[in-house]
Amino acid sequence: MAEHVNIERRRQAIYGWILLSPAAILLTTFAFYPSLATLWSSLFSRETRRRPSEFVGGENYTDLFADPTFWKVVVNNLIYAGATIPISIAIALSMALWANSKIPARGFVRTAYFTPTVLPMIAAANLWLFFYTPGLGVLDQIGSLFGLPSINWLGQPETALWAVIIVTIWKEAGFFMIFYLAALQTIPEDLKEAADIEGASRWTYTRRIVLPLLMPTTLFIMVNALINSVKLIDHLFILTKGGPNDASKLILYYIWEMAFAFFDAPHAAAMTILVLVVLGVVAGVKFTILDKRTHYQ
Amino acid sequence: MSGFSKHIESFGALLLAVIWISPLVFAFWAAFHSTSDAVNFNITSPWTLDNFRTAWEGAPWLRYFLNTFLLVTVILIGQFFVTTLAGFAFAQVQFPGRDFVFILVLMQLFILPEVLIVENYAMVSRLGLFDTILGVGMPYMASAFGIFLMRQAFKGVPIELHEAARVEGCGWFGILWRVYVPLARPTYLAYALVSVSTHWNNFLWPLIVTNSPDTRPLTVGLSIFGAPENGVDISVISAATMMSVAPLLIAFLVFQRQFVQAFLRAGIK
Repeated sequence: MAEHVNIERRRQAIYGWILLSPAAILLTTFAFYPSLATLWSSLFSRETRRRPSEFVGGENYTDLFADPTFWKVVVNNLIYAGATIPISIAIALSMALWANSKIPARGFVRTAYFTPTVLPMIAAANLWLFFYTPGLGVLDQIGSLFGLPSINWLGQPETALWAVIIVTIWKEAGFFMIFYLAALQTIPEDLKEAADIEGASRWTYTRRIVLPLLMPTTLFIMVNALINSVKLIDHLFILTKGGPNDASKLILYYIWEMAFAFFDAPHAAAMTILVLVVLGVVAGVKFTILDKRTHYQ
Repeated sequence: MSGFSKHIESFGALLLAVIWISPLVFAFWAAFHSTSDAVNFNITSPWTLDNFRTAWEGAPWLRYFLNTFLLVTVILIGQFFVTTLAGFAFAQVQFPGRDFVFILVLMQLFILPEVLIVENYAMVSRLGLFDTILGVGMPYMASAFGIFLMRQAFKGVPIELHEAARVEGCGWFGILWRVYVPLARPTYLAYALVSVSTHWNNFLWPLIVTNSPDTRPLTVGLSIFGAPENGVDISVISAATMMSVAPLLIAFLVFQRQFVQAFLRAGIK
């Protein structure tokens, strides 16, 4: 009998690994091995025609830390994250509360909010180009109605990053709204009734009951928004190319530029590792602290 | 008072909706008008298809459409295959090291393929897949997200059905194919919609791995077409943009409910 159990167990193990093997091979090839290879190549110097690549330890990292562009890009990305995450979450929440309440033309409102989500970032950037172009653009035309001067939104360092941020918020708010909408629909009706009987105002009900119940959703969205603040850079290729003067350059764009425009793979690798460390910390926080605290959902 | 604030709120909701949809509306307007009419916002100005004609002749769009279509198809087939097997293993098969491997898989949610562009580019070149559609698609096939999704779906299948199929003499793969896959159909649909719309819209990785019109997907083609060096005017760019988003946008408007449901199902937990 014990032997039979043993055979069954071994059989399961073999089946398990056979089933997993395609995923394991692909994940190793395109996620785990590249991560390690990136770490490895970040420790070597760049290969040039005259000098072969050699081990330099942390030199690529110290180069980065001494590179003002790197810090500029880090600060840009922090601003990018610091603006897009809270603003898109706040807008997503209002969208969801509105799209869930009884308002006229609700179907249109929902569609309008969600539509940017299905557009490619490149297309979104093209649409917004029409808004931002100096002189001809929609924003300038609206401004000129009020006698405001023409502004080159994408061409000046003070506004370029914000122009990029607005496109990101526009693109992701509707997506996050969906998660809030789903969560809102799980809130039991009797809570609303109870609040009404107690004479609580709509605002009190929203603040004291709805928002706390939406907390797990908010945390989930926050993690997504954080990842997006690293990932969503496609529109830079159309709108600013990181310029002017690196004013709107973000980390992933800089990695791309370093590797595929300047052909400096080691420094790109070092930067990639730094991003992976940050993402790793986020993952750690998500899987340990947040998942424990949001178990009640 | 409450009636009044209700009106304010409805107004706010509608205003935001109008603002949100306006970039698309303006592009639509520009696409059907000559450049000077487009920027003057003259409501009475005549509509034209010239921009579409110019845009269409400016790039091999048909090829780009075909490439994007092939790309999302290849990715979807690969993902279905890989995530079904892995999801089933994680949900229903007991084997040593399972939990540890599952954590490794979850880590991939944070090791974004986008971040590993440098080494993945080297890997794809080494495999001889540079500038092929398979090369663009392969890094996405073992999606951790998909594996997680399928695992959740398979966990919800009652064990009695599994037992019953086994009593009937079904092997592991038979059970997977005849019992689990059909029952997880809604999850497959949801995953397909999310996957197709993600990869239809993907840009950075295809930009790096493709190098010719024969493999380039729409997004990359659109970015090249609209590059300032090409000196294309805003109306023609708008026309090209409308053209390339049209299939997905129309599909979304028609199947709106399913789309939203799909994103919900995919996103929840």
